[in-house]
Amino acid sequence: MKIGVIRFPGTNCDRDVAQAIELAGLEPEYIWWSEEKLSDYDGIVIPGGFSYGDYLRAGAMASITPVIEGIKELVKEEKPVLGICNGAQILGEIGLVPGIFITNENPKFNCEWVDLKVATNRTPFTKAFKKDQSIALPIAHAEGRFYTEDIDLLKDQDQIVLQFEGKNPNGSMEAITSVCDESGLVCAMMPHPERACEEIFGSDDGLNFFKGFL
Amino acid sequence: MLFDIEVKISLKSGMLNPEASTIERSLDLLGYTVQNVKTDEIIKFQMEGEDREVIRENVVDMCERLLCNPVIHDYKINVIPQNMACGK
Repeated sequence: MKIGVIRFPGTNCDRDVAQAIELAGLEPEYIWWSEEKLSDYDGIVIPGGFSYGDYLRAGAMASITPVIEGIKELVKEEKPVLGICNGAQILGEIGLVPGIFITNENPKFNCEWVDLKVATNRTPFTKAFKKDQSIALPIAHAEGRFYTEDIDLLKDQDQIVLQFEGKNPNGSMEAITSVCDESGLVCAMMPHPERACEEIFGSDDGLNFFKGFL
Repeated sequence: MLFDIEVKISLKSGMLNPEASTIERSLDLLGYTVQNVKTDEIIKFQMEGEDREVIRENVVDMCERLLCNPVIHDYKINVIPQNMACGK
């Protein structure tokens, strides 16, 4: 199975993500932002970084590139899409997931391991976990505060994927740090699963997110 | 005709603005007591055109599609024909 890894100018987690995809037994392939035809791919990861220098808002410039049209077509074909960190911000900007990720309550760059609760396991990326299971993943962002206008809708439609446990490091609404679309196939998450794919890094909880493409 | 465009982008009322609250705390450190600090972003550019309203409609499109995120932002647009700008 071939998984596309999107690259924008300023993307910097692409190689880590490709490595994680390989560890999961899948074949990663880099895709430049100007590509529009993505029909050959079985799934897409939008990795983290600082696309276009985070100008205007994190993810704003990336949201109008040709590759986004290709991603929207794949979503129509019910192929899974995972946006991590800057990738999550981009998915929020283009409206494939509800809400957006904005400047942290305390406007510092949060770079630490956090405890998370798996709020739903109906997405491909969280299907290996039990609902309400605790996992540990690293976060690294200054703009990860989740905000949505209609939190009740997210709850009703089971679109909350991950929530911080114990503390809420960025002031996210209801400690939410990952959401999905109505189908569950498009998932945006601020934590970095690709940085927790081998025990040597402290946890391999992240590998399951990539095995979810299988 | 050349128009000067100014787009002022602000967070919607009631939205938390961490930049503004940090400025407020820092001014306090310098001994200034201030309240209700707000920060806006202003984007300026020029456009050629004949009709001010057509230009404005274009700029509204730009705001909705790229310059702002309607979930969190309000915006104000000023379209000024160059020969009517102050001091000219």
